[in-house]
Order: sequence, then structure tokens, then C-alpha cells
Amino acid sequence: MRTIDVGKITEAVAKLAMDANYYLAQDIYNALDAGRADEESPLGREILGQLVKNACIAKEKAVPICQDTGMAVVFMEIGQDVHLVGGSLEDAVNAGVAKGYGEGYLRKSLVDDPLFARRNTGDNTPAVLHTALVSGDKVKIALAPKGFGSENMSALKMQVPAEGVQGVKKFVVDTVAAAGSNPCPPIVVGVGIGGTIEKAAYLAKKALLRPVDRRNPHPDYARLEEELLELVNRTGVGPQGLGGTVTALGVNVEYFPAHIAGMPVAVNISCHATRHAEIEL
Amino acid sequence: MADSIRVTTPLTAEVARSLRAGDSVLITGFIYSARDAAHKRLVEALDRGEKLPVDLTDQIIYYVGPSPAKPGQPVGSAGPTTSGRMDAYTPRLLDEGLRGMIGKGYRSQAVVEAMKKNGAVYFAATGGAAALIAESVKRYEVVAYADLGTEALARFTVEDFPAIVAIDSQGSNYYEEGQKPYRRL
Repeated sequence: MRTIDVGKITEAVAKLAMDANYYLAQDIYNALDAGRADEESPLGREILGQLVKNACIAKEKAVPICQDTGMAVVFMEIGQDVHLVGGSLEDAVNAGVAKGYGEGYLRKSLVDDPLFARRNTGDNTPAVLHTALVSGDKVKIALAPKGFGSENMSALKMQVPAEGVQGVKKFVVDTVAAAGSNPCPPIVVGVGIGGTIEKAAYLAKKALLRPVDRRNPHPDYARLEEELLELVNRTGVGPQGLGGTVTALGVNVEYFPAHIAGMPVAVNISCHATRHAEIEL
Repeated sequence: MADSIRVTTPLTAEVARSLRAGDSVLITGFIYSARDAAHKRLVEALDRGEKLPVDLTDQIIYYVGPSPAKPGQPVGSAGPTTSGRMDAYTPRLLDEGLRGMIGKGYRSQAVVEAMKKNGAVYFAATGGAAALIAESVKRYEVVAYADLGTEALARFTVEDFPAIVAIDSQGSNYYEEGQKPYRRL
């Protein structure tokens, strides 16, 4: 049994919130840079150049890549041999978000009630927290700030098994085409297939944490990812929706067993920054 | 951008008419920030017959909610937000003399019609290039609705703010024209 004070989790979350918002992940940076060579549209190349330059300025000055510093989505894998002490885990995570967004000059973009009052919570809490108990005595924390230009363009469909691979491809391409310029392309597309309605959505979100240069270990899904990337890059949307051949930097698919009658498909669209940072305690 | 057109504010009707969809521009002068909540208040003020806190004639509104400024910065990161959320309010403001808008993403047909009627231009700034864009902001002053925080109506003093003419005053739409040659499905 290993004891960890939740204060350590607060500190880690605060740092992750700042790091994720200031420093573009290397896989995304590489994909943007490679996109400048692949992009056929001159204006598209210009825009990709701006995004690379933007990432460099943000890193150098330690300022947010994007002003929409997002809703903090936190994924935790907690070893079952860990004993957390010093307070509630959820409070510790939220304290970390408040600290990171406050001290890091990050925008507070959350309202307390989605429908009626819509008052800003003032410290960007609460986080959306996903926890999983795993074997071992480590705690892994990943924080992915999610902006809503792209989150608003995401979609979920309860497809039936007969729709098959073609149905999945059509739904993904239609969702990307309908999103057009809004999610700040070039985008990263997270796809979750199988499970139940909430499981598919969770998988789509989780897929966005995987580096864009790493394919699904299952060869069929790896091939599907490559085919989907090629298809979405033929929509013509291009960088910022102003036309081109680099609409997406990557398509990551995660799957889960499904009911004999079902094949839910969730498409979570993320912007060209697809921010995420992680740490192991 | 080597071949960018330099535009200064106030943006006159004549200059606005000369800009074409797809042109790269660098904007210098004052631009005003407003997004969802400020737009709602502006239109509500018009509904009540009140004078607006700023005269919008020949002005440009930038759809932005910047991140907080670090010490020594005039403003934090300041990229565009999705323009479509402002579509319901925009035709009213164009009728008040608003000449330009900066944001990202598609506009409704009603907005495009109001732009043609009033000779206005819609510029796209690069969504997410917020640290880069902030470099062109020299000064930030809240002029109204301070209680809205990041959504307050503010005057930005900008130098060479980079943007692209997405929809021009004739209604030509570069989102449509730009995508067509690359659509291969």
C-alpha cells in the first residue's frame, strides 16, 4: 500500500492545466509542420505556418496557445494499491484546476447552470473527472482542456450493425464536413465505436489523448483510421475551412464490445491544438 | 504576408467595397470586441431605443473573449471565436453602420444579405492562433459591460492584425470558393 496526499494531486493538476494550455504536444506540432509540405492550397500553407508560429510564441512566452483554455477534462488511472489521504479526490482535482487557471492566467469559461442562470463559476471549476481503478501503486493523471468551438461540432449516432463500416465512414465524414470551419481545422477526430451511448462518447474523448502518429494496435482499426483520415482530407474543408487538403491531422478510433443489436458511434472533434498533458505520480 | 492589403480603421464604405473574398489583409487602428453576451445587450439597447455605448459607424467588431493578460501584456491570448453564434444579432448592428466583423466560421444567409445591403465585410482570423494574434494588439480598454469580464465590450488598438476576407460586400464567400477545388469525395 502506498499513501499519497491529495495535495500532490492538486499541485499536479495545476501544473498540467498550465502546461497543456501553453505547450503544444510534440506529435501535434510535428503533424502541423508536416502539413505545410502536404497542403496543396497556398492559403492553407500560410495558415499552417501561422499555427506553427503561434505554438512557438505560446511556448516562448508561456501564454495560452488559444484564448479558449477550455473545460478541464481529467482522466485518472488510480492504482488499487494506492491510499489517497488528506481530503476528497474530487475536491483536490477541482482545487488544482482553480489554481492552474488562476495562477496561469487562463480564461475561466464555465457557467454554473447550463440552462437557466449561466453564472460564471469564476475559477473554471468543476472539471469533468473520469477515474479508473487499475492494478499497481501509481496514479496517472491526464488533463485535456477542451474548447467549445470544436466540442460543439461533435456528434453521436446509435447506428445499427447493418450499417457496418460504410455507415461509420459516412457518419464520420458527414460530421467533419458539417463542422466545416467552426472547429478550427486542421482537426483531430476521436471516434468511439461500441458499448453504450455514454461508453461510445467516453471512448471518442479518450481517443483524442492518443498521439496522432500512433495507430490503433488492432490492424483492422488501424486501417480504418488511415482510411478515415484520407476521406476527411478529401472534404475540401482545409485549414480554417478556407479550403485545402489538410482538414485533419489524425483520426484515432477506440472500440469496445457491443450489444448484438447495436453499434453506437461517437465522433469527438478537436481543434488543431488538441491540448493534453499527463503525469505519473 | 508579403501580398497583404493594409487596411486602417475606421473602415470606409469605399475601402470595404474594394476588398474581395480571399484577400489577405493587415488591419491597423481600433477594433471593438464583443461576443454573445455583449451582442445581446447591444441589440436589447437598440430595442429600447437607446444609444449604443459606441458609435458603430464604419467600425469593426472582433468576436473574441481574450484570456487574462499576464503582467506587462495589454491583453492575453486573443483569437477569434465562432461567428455563427452572433448571427441572430448581426443584421441589426450592420443596419447601425457596422462595417466589418472579424471571427471564424460560416455566417447565415441573413447575415450575408445584410452585409450586401450595407456594404460590409466579414474577415476570418486564424482560429487558435491566439498568441500570434495577441502580438498585434497594442492596447486594450474596456468601454462598456465591464461586468461581463472576458466578454466585455472593449476597444483594441491593433497594428497589422492578420486576417483574410472570408465574405466580401458583394456576398462572395471564400469558404465556398476556397473549398471547391479540393473537394474530392
